[in-house]
Amino acid sequence: MDFELLIGIFPQVFLDGLILGFMYALIALGYTMVYGVLEFINFAHSEIFVVGAFVGVEILLTFQAAGLLALVSPFLVLLVVLLLGMLASGLLAVTVERVAYRPLRGAPRLIPLISAIGVSFFLQDAVRLVESVWRNAFNLVYPTMDTLNIRFSLTETIDVSVKSLVVIVASLLMLWGLHALVNRTKIGTAMRAVAEDQAAASLMGISVNRIISLTFLIGGAMGGAAGVLFGVQYSLINPYTGFIPGLKAFTAAVLGGIGNIPGAMVGGLVLGLLEAFAASYLSLLTGGAFGAEYKDIFAFSVLILILIFRPKGLLGEVVRERA
Amino acid sequence: MDERQPQARMIKALLARPLPAAILAIALLGITAYAVSHFPRSIVAFMLFQASILFLYFAAMPSWLKGLLTAGTLGVLMPVVGSINGYYLEIAIQVGIFVALALGLNIVVGLAGLLDLGYVAFFAVGAYTWAIFGSPQANQIFGGDAFPLPPAWFFLFLLLGVGVAAGAGILLGLPVLRLHGDYLAIVTLGFGEVIRVLANNLDKPINFTNGPKGITPISRPPIFFEPVLRAVGVDPNPNVVYPLYLYFLVLLIVGVTILVNRRVEDSHVGRAWEAIREDQTAAQAMGVPLVRMKLMAFACGASFAGAVGVLFSAKQVFINPESFTFMESIGVLAMVILGGMGSIPGAILGATVVTVLNLQVLKGLSLWLNELRNAGVTIFGWSLANLPTQLEPAKYERMVFGLILVLMMVFRPQGILPVQRRHRELHDGAALPER
Amino acid sequence: MRTVRFRYLPVALAALALVLPVTSLTDAQSKGTIKIATQSPLSGGQAALGEGIKLATQLAIEKLKGPIEKLGFKVELVPFDDQAKPDVGVANAANILADKDILLVVGHLNSGVAIPSSEKYKEAQLAMISPANTNPTITDRNYLNVSRVCGRDDVQGVVGAEFAKTTLKAKSAYVIHDKTAYGQGVAEFFKADAEKKGIKVLGFEGTEEKSNFDPIITPIKAKNPDLIYFGGIYDQAAPFFKQAREKGIKSQFMGPDGMDSTDLVKIGGKSVVGMHYSTVAGPVEKYLAAKAFKTEYKDKFKKDPEPFAAQAYDSAAIGLKAIEAAIKASGGKVPSREQVAVAVRKTKHTGLTGTVEFDEKGDPKKALYFVLQVASDDPTKWGDNKEVKRLSIAAPPLKKKP
Repeated sequence: MDFELLIGIFPQVFLDGLILGFMYALIALGYTMVYGVLEFINFAHSEIFVVGAFVGVEILLTFQAAGLLALVSPFLVLLVVLLLGMLASGLLAVTVERVAYRPLRGAPRLIPLISAIGVSFFLQDAVRLVESVWRNAFNLVYPTMDTLNIRFSLTETIDVSVKSLVVIVASLLMLWGLHALVNRTKIGTAMRAVAEDQAAASLMGISVNRIISLTFLIGGAMGGAAGVLFGVQYSLINPYTGFIPGLKAFTAAVLGGIGNIPGAMVGGLVLGLLEAFAASYLSLLTGGAFGAEYKDIFAFSVLILILIFRPKGLLGEVVRERA
Repeated sequence: MDERQPQARMIKALLARPLPAAILAIALLGITAYAVSHFPRSIVAFMLFQASILFLYFAAMPSWLKGLLTAGTLGVLMPVVGSINGYYLEIAIQVGIFVALALGLNIVVGLAGLLDLGYVAFFAVGAYTWAIFGSPQANQIFGGDAFPLPPAWFFLFLLLGVGVAAGAGILLGLPVLRLHGDYLAIVTLGFGEVIRVLANNLDKPINFTNGPKGITPISRPPIFFEPVLRAVGVDPNPNVVYPLYLYFLVLLIVGVTILVNRRVEDSHVGRAWEAIREDQTAAQAMGVPLVRMKLMAFACGASFAGAVGVLFSAKQVFINPESFTFMESIGVLAMVILGGMGSIPGAILGATVVTVLNLQVLKGLSLWLNELRNAGVTIFGWSLANLPTQLEPAKYERMVFGLILVLMMVFRPQGILPVQRRHRELHDGAALPER
Repeated sequence: MRTVRFRYLPVALAALALVLPVTSLTDAQSKGTIKIATQSPLSGGQAALGEGIKLATQLAIEKLKGPIEKLGFKVELVPFDDQAKPDVGVANAANILADKDILLVVGHLNSGVAIPSSEKYKEAQLAMISPANTNPTITDRNYLNVSRVCGRDDVQGVVGAEFAKTTLKAKSAYVIHDKTAYGQGVAEFFKADAEKKGIKVLGFEGTEEKSNFDPIITPIKAKNPDLIYFGGIYDQAAPFFKQAREKGIKSQFMGPDGMDSTDLVKIGGKSVVGMHYSTVAGPVEKYLAAKAFKTEYKDKFKKDPEPFAAQAYDSAAIGLKAIEAAIKASGGKVPSREQVAVAVRKTKHTGLTGTVEFDEKGDPKKALYFVLQVASDDPTKWGDNKEVKRLSIAAPPLKKKP
């Protein structure tokens, strides 16, 4: 076995895993916030993520067509795109909640899940319909912005691109902002109150519906931001892109302890790192007998192991049985 | 709201009486079956036929008569209809396969309340069990050319599939027993993915599953009754015999599944599952052995999937991992919940509705729109032939399916045929609808 | 609101019920209609390729139905969405069998769907011509009714390895594939043949990943191979190549005909310029028919043909020719499905992808393979891709059962 190689690529793999992990963490926030308040898996969140990515690419393509991309600072462009993508996804999430979930409040828990699956199917092909009519294509590519593709060489073998740094910084800012919002503001207190006990919260004068809408707005916006960053980082998107990252992010949310914001972040990072290391090292360590194709098995096996020893996830609360 | 209208009430009252109900059911079945034979390509005729089977289920009549009529419809009428149009038989077979799957999942999710998002893994285990040994694939593992096993082994493997899948169920159940709710869901999801990825990757170092290229040809069960067919002068052409044969095999498996389900539901095991579903802590306090009961739910649910898996691989002649994706698990789950969680007739109806919707109604609709287009029909002076290809109706079947799921849940969240628990408690089990 | 909802439902259903059988009746009466079905995924992740198959068939029927219409028949297309799922494909196949007007199926995209579905077609000897299924099993079953115009995995991989050795002079290679029957099949044959020719294969990886290739790229970068071969389709390969170049990998890139799409450069941009791919569709300057096809396709559907679209066009063309011959052979009447299947095998056709003539088991007897080089990162200049090498390879003969 080539130890020099194994050690040599370690920092790069770690960095790759970190970026992927932040991406998962951002998407996982959408799952975890909704779960924290409503105890329900918003299966359609992966499509909300995709809509963010599509809004982002549409705006960028419009900018590009208008020739603005070369003139304006790429970071300003990115900020605008990010905000608009967040807005679109947030509003979509609120709409979905109003139409497909609110009427089911109080129904057994699996009912909204199926409704969410329906929304997910619907949105996938709705996005495709819109894009097919609009652009006559639904595999869209994020325009390349040269500044974002500049790479810094840390050492001879390790380098990092500007866009990766953007992903990390943006994720950290958003995670921190969200954490602050939930823990230090009045709105956050109201959210936690609704999560704890809807009836009591409404007796205390909190508008439960408004708080739930707000939760979806914020969760959706996080998904939209993740969508835009995903597009910038990996460039190709299509209406079905969201499915796999959504599944992984949901796994990450559970891994960290679902309903728990720092948990989503930790879960995302752990899963991202696991995947990166499995994909890079499995083949090298087993001499080609097992390879990158086993990364999901590896990730899920570790997930199962972790859950056996910590049944409520890494940062989950101590088991509290609901009566 | 029918009650507000006097005619509706009258019809309802009339149908509550056995004789008119029975006559009407027979008449409906006869008329629709005739309609199918007369318009073999009309999807609507076949749907009316299916609707009259549904009517048969709801009609109030003595259970022996209902049983007789059901047996006659499924055992005689459906095969006849199916031999007129093979497509309907194919739909019936697939409906049967999904009914058995939905019934199995209904035990895990509906009765025991354990959300399983990777149920299709057990289906895959069953399918691969027969696929590997019922095809030359096993030679890759053991060397030599002893395989495929003779087709008659199929029946043994039907049992073996039950056992292997149940084993897989216990294997999955053991480590995850401490988990609740969504944590359990994600682990089962992971398990489902692990099985699929394994099937996709185990072509090296040792070739077990032949990876993405799949396994073919898989032996079908032997036509052991061939001499009988010859004796009565029927041509034993396998192209004609196999669809019917497979149909009856599916019917048999579904029948056994329903029987087992109903026995289990009313046994102390079934009660224990429902107790766990309603309140785990209370159930434990009352002496329900949680570990054993949960394992049993997993094993029991999985075993049905294993059996149909074996049948599925024989029916398809070819399997590869594409048949066992996460979306399939979600599909089966949707069937159970659409039908009404925990309800046996609900699971049956849910599976039927989803399968028929997917394979027949939505396809029929897009074919019909396509025909209108080919015929140059105009709407408001605008020719359908000018419809841009982006709006091709065949492309949006899944979108319509999603919409139907949402609408169903919003307007009838309890499912189509919810559990009739109160009913049963009041009548001491005697008035359970027969099927 | 509730009453409104329920009052109109029966009316709508009744209207639907009235309309549906009527159209079914009319098609039963008009005996002069011959239908050609396509089966490919029209929804879901692989819809783009599946649509290409459907659209190309549609174009072929419109362009080439003339001779059959002269004989007094209408020709119609019936598209089916197999959703890339085997059970849906089989149900569609049963539906196709039930429509006696359908004499030909063009499809599928996925071998996993094609194999069980063609078992159904075989029951009625309904001819299926596959534009895209390169899995050897498709024709190795030796069914009369199943043919394909595309090459086989076991040939294209060899073409790639041959080219890598003789023209590129590669000493080492790294092989990636997409874990599908197509991609893995091609990649395995590339690997086997490359090793035989003395190219050192530094790694062989499969991945279902569609977006994030970082963890796969890192070890490749460390091993620095001369050539990276990607067995798969452009929508996965292009992001991979792009990310690989961005990460500073200098190796040459190569792939099979799954790369043959303008989207390769749309997605990959500069990073794929200069890369090679093998294909069965000739370069347009050599094949005027192919050039005309590309323009017509673009005029009609406002987009470039996807990979396998040209093959679908040829499949439909062969089918139409065979149907015409079968009509003539049966004295101007509607031919039986078996007659069409027999006629397909006898058809010799020069189309977009070269001259197709079937061998006894339904493979093209001799297929031309080209190796092309991507010329520009401008998608409109895809047609300028240079032909670097041309090989004519016969399909392997049918293996006799032991």
